[in-house]
Amino acid sequence: MTAVLSEPAALDDRAAPTARRLPGRAFWWQAVVVLALCGYAAVSVIPLVTMILNSFRSHLAIATEPWPWPVDPTLQNYVNAWTKASFSTYTINSLVVTIASVALSTVVALPAAYAIARWRFRGREFVEALFISGLFIPFMLAILPMFHLMDALRLIDNPLSLVLVYAANGIPFSIFVFAAFFRHLPAELEEAAMIDGAGPVRSFLSVSVPLVRPAIATVVVFRFVPIWNDFLTPLVLLRSPEKFTLGVGLSKFFGEYQTDWASLFAGLVIATVPLLVLFIVATRQIITGITAGIGK
Amino acid sequence: MSRAAKGAGRRTPPVVIAAFVLPAFALFAVVLLYPMLSALAYSLFEWGGGTKLVGFNWFDNFVVLFTERPFTTQLPNALFNNLVVFVGTLLLQNTIGLFLAVQLNRFERARRLFQVLYTTPYLVSPLVVGYLWTLLLAPSFGPVNAVLRAVGLDALALPWLGDPALALPTLVLVSVWQWIGFPVLLYGAGLAGISPELHEAAKIDGATGLRQFWHITLPLLVPVIGTVSILTYIGSMESFALPYALGGVSGSPAGATDMLSLLFFRTSFQSGAPNALGVSSALATVMFVLVLAGALLGRRLFARQEAKIS
Repeated sequence: MTAVLSEPAALDDRAAPTARRLPGRAFWWQAVVVLALCGYAAVSVIPLVTMILNSFRSHLAIATEPWPWPVDPTLQNYVNAWTKASFSTYTINSLVVTIASVALSTVVALPAAYAIARWRFRGREFVEALFISGLFIPFMLAILPMFHLMDALRLIDNPLSLVLVYAANGIPFSIFVFAAFFRHLPAELEEAAMIDGAGPVRSFLSVSVPLVRPAIATVVVFRFVPIWNDFLTPLVLLRSPEKFTLGVGLSKFFGEYQTDWASLFAGLVIATVPLLVLFIVATRQIITGITAGIGK
Repeated sequence: MSRAAKGAGRRTPPVVIAAFVLPAFALFAVVLLYPMLSALAYSLFEWGGGTKLVGFNWFDNFVVLFTERPFTTQLPNALFNNLVVFVGTLLLQNTIGLFLAVQLNRFERARRLFQVLYTTPYLVSPLVVGYLWTLLLAPSFGPVNAVLRAVGLDALALPWLGDPALALPTLVLVSVWQWIGFPVLLYGAGLAGISPELHEAAKIDGATGLRQFWHITLPLLVPVIGTVSILTYIGSMESFALPYALGGVSGSPAGATDMLSLLFFRTSFQSGAPNALGVSSALATVMFVLVLAGALLGRRLFARQEAKIS
């Protein structure tokens, strides 16, 4: 053990003098690199920090001093956006629609993915391929017939239409992820449950579903974001402002309050905060999810 | 015993299987698959005022799209803008993004923190990003121009989104600002998969940092660069919320930021033309073909490149 550990140390010893012998150029290059990395970090973050700081500054302060400092904090912008510009309504609508859609697609996708992964039945491969093909459907192409379908169902200007569209849209991805997880579960666990007298439904609900909780977390996070951020679908399917979700509400707000910059900043922050909370809770899932399948 | 249980598991009653699969299948088929398939058919029919079906008219909708005003001017303009956004975003991502990822790879401890910082804009909705930059770049009170003036660069304090010549490059920059975390993460993951022995061997052979990059790092990243390029293409062909927020539904100023998606939206829902449904379905079909053809072509190109290397 000690021999193994000492080997890298020996390597380090050999490396260190070479590093010291290097001319100043390497040092300067290193300095430039660190500066570039930090500089770009500033470019990424400062606009968002400006958004947050300006949302706490008065209209007058923003107009006279564009740089978001000093902050003489006021909550007036949030009061304006939340009550006068009905961001309270938009936020609640967005939350209800997003949670309902994610819940619906998860609830229907779990059993379907389980059946596809665990049971043999005729047409199984076709059904799975059909579901997965849904991952490649360009949404823009389907939106017009979707509009007419909802029109025929008398669901235009009804948030239920959004829930159906988002839930259907989430099914391919959810089934893709869930089926992969179910396939990795050891079959012995379900067998044990069946020996104890549990039927297929019971063993699915009380043995398999609890075991794929990490997959459920990933799917929920990854479906929540695009639904929360979506703008085109509610723009097409909703009419009355009291039903608007945050995206459409925000665009209406920008049309009407174009000169009230302070409240506009507050509106942007309100539309972003729920996502920020989600990211802080689930940063690891997001980064591993984005980079899944690349490298080792 | 175990084998018997396995056998029992295989003989799940069809009713149970149907109950498990059908809810998802019904929702998927009715709300997503059926509209998708009918969209392709829609483009071959003539429609009268909304959803009234007039009759089958072969490819007339496509003919209208390619020969009649305003499409003869707006369609090439929008397509050109889409391609500019794609090429511009791709170039900047594959230079700045790749540089950041390669350099970050050398700082083990700070890597995760910087990755998160670069990814923050990617996590904000494109609509919010668009409106945020509209405010930041506003000519009179916008902080960007205020900073430029403060450091003596008054000449650069320009109406970024108001000048037709500047609006599209600005849109590209905002789009890069939003997306760059994504390639940085993907390239980072790709770099982590490159065995350090390769670099050590090259170092022993006397290869400099730059040579190592050209001959080891870059070739091994080709698959990831391919993935990023194709996803960038699809993303920029379909982007709607960002241009909508920056230039409005008509792509102002003077159509400088008009996109295919905006043209599609105007044609479907704002033109009021009796056959709007037919023509806009034709446009949606054209967009679909463009995205699919581009993605397949990209995959072939990168697959060939990969084959050449290995």
